[in-house]
Amino acid sequence: MSVKEKIIEGVLLLCAAVSILTTAGILWVLISESSVFFARVPLSEFLFDTQWTPLFADKHFGILPLVTGTLLTSFIAIAVALPLGLSIAVYLNEYAPKSFRKTIKPVLEILAAIPTVVYGFFALMVITPFLQQIFPQMAGFNALSPGIVMGIMIIPMISSLSEDALYAVPKSLREASYGIGATRFQTSFKVLVPAASSGIIVSVILGISRAVGETMIVAIAAGQQPRLTFNPLVPVETITTYIVQVSLGDVVQGSIEYQTIFAAGIALFALTFILNNISFYIKKKFQEKYE
Amino acid sequence: MSKRVDINRIKDNLFRYVGIGCTLFGLLMLGFFLYSVLREGLPRLNAQFFSSLPSRKPDEAGILIPLFGTIWVMVLTSLISIPLGVASGIYLEEYGKKNRLASLIEINITNLAGVPSIIYGLLALEIFVRILGLGKSLLSGSLTLALLILPIIIVATREALKAVPKTIREASFALGATKWQTIWFQVLPASAGGIVTGVILAISRAIGETAPLIVIGAMLYITTLPSSPMDDFSVLPIQIFNWLSRPQKGFIINATAAIIVLLAITFILNGIAIYLRNRWQKKVKW
Repeated sequence: MSVKEKIIEGVLLLCAAVSILTTAGILWVLISESSVFFARVPLSEFLFDTQWTPLFADKHFGILPLVTGTLLTSFIAIAVALPLGLSIAVYLNEYAPKSFRKTIKPVLEILAAIPTVVYGFFALMVITPFLQQIFPQMAGFNALSPGIVMGIMIIPMISSLSEDALYAVPKSLREASYGIGATRFQTSFKVLVPAASSGIIVSVILGISRAVGETMIVAIAAGQQPRLTFNPLVPVETITTYIVQVSLGDVVQGSIEYQTIFAAGIALFALTFILNNISFYIKKKFQEKYE
Repeated sequence: MSKRVDINRIKDNLFRYVGIGCTLFGLLMLGFFLYSVLREGLPRLNAQFFSSLPSRKPDEAGILIPLFGTIWVMVLTSLISIPLGVASGIYLEEYGKKNRLASLIEINITNLAGVPSIIYGLLALEIFVRILGLGKSLLSGSLTLALLILPIIIVATREALKAVPKTIREASFALGATKWQTIWFQVLPASAGGIVTGVILAISRAIGETAPLIVIGAMLYITTLPSSPMDDFSVLPIQIFNWLSRPQKGFIINATAAIIVLLAITFILNGIAIYLRNRWQKKVKW
């Protein structure tokens, strides 16, 4: 191999290594800044205190209210996206004519391409006023409305991943089911969906992970009040919103407030990292099953 | 017995409508969203709106600076992320298939793709803004977004390279071409359609991003157009967020008008990508 070829390979490798540097950078930044935080705030307080008030005079550093806010909005999103996304996947896979399938898929993808700040606007200015007519006691900022909107955003993710999973079920299973006289509905829900369950679970976990990390929709429409509640009608604050809230203010670098966004960041990173890796694990097992 | 068969048939047919209903639900919501935005914002889209600086009075405010910022960010982010992403994709797909380092990089990229965008903001705040001293500049913002979309470009590049059949590589090698000559003159042109599609989708994702830029502090009240990558900046999504957080009705209308502009850019980019993808898929029949 000539020298030139070697050099080119080296340059390409260096480019590929940027992604390793990015991960290393993320880990280093989160750990180094939050280790200063954890030197001042014991881990037990961070994990078990039920109040999060770093910006007030009486400071509490319990991450729980932010975590419940994050989980609440994410679960609302999945409660919307899973039934809709799965129904779409089954319909497109088993019922819809091919031409319809071909045109509808890219159109659904548009839902995922819309910038999240636009979704935030919809949640705050369209969905919340609409829901307030149904629940008059609902606050202007709440978990329900951004949760629903995030769910709509996640629909294409769930439907396309689930559809891939349904499609990957061996033909023999489908044909056997039709052969013993089952309808499309029975075949779909009693044979295909159970056979594709691991792929569907992967889509749900990735959907949750996406919702957990989503920032602008909740920052605009869910409010900024960290509160330990599962009531979807009152303002809550998510981990991501807290980071935005601090970033918008004039927080002195090196202060405890500044370090809290990295502590919140490490909690967020850990949460999504665990979710993503559970899904990779399931995906790998699932692939082995049919090969 | 026949009654059960009937019930099953009815269920089967009913689900057809449930399925159509669910599929249309998403589209109806999309249509409803677009309608509500257009109704509120369209009348506001006049020449003054495009050519004005920020202002405390909603009627005098405009999107000149964030629009320019978005164009700057688009160009800079492309310049940084495209060479890096495509080169990484080539390395992983064509060179390092079997070695350990490549598989480590691969796992790493899958993980990076799942990291929330706001975390990239925290990374950039510490590394670009503070340690490298780039400040809240266009360059900081573009570097951040470039890192964010890198996994998308790498994955798209690899998919496109994978689609090029082995025979083309072997034919090139048989004619005495080196590995790089084969990649540069045969494989890359053959996969260009797929790579360009992925790159456009990634850039479209980048210009819609808000959160990481807020973390690095881009949300500034600036009154001069950026003229170099080291200048402070704002972008359309940040301007929208800023206007949405104000109580006056006039600013909300401004926000919807700016949303129309942002959506127009996003849809045009996505439209180009889909068009290229279809053309590429049609043309390529190996």
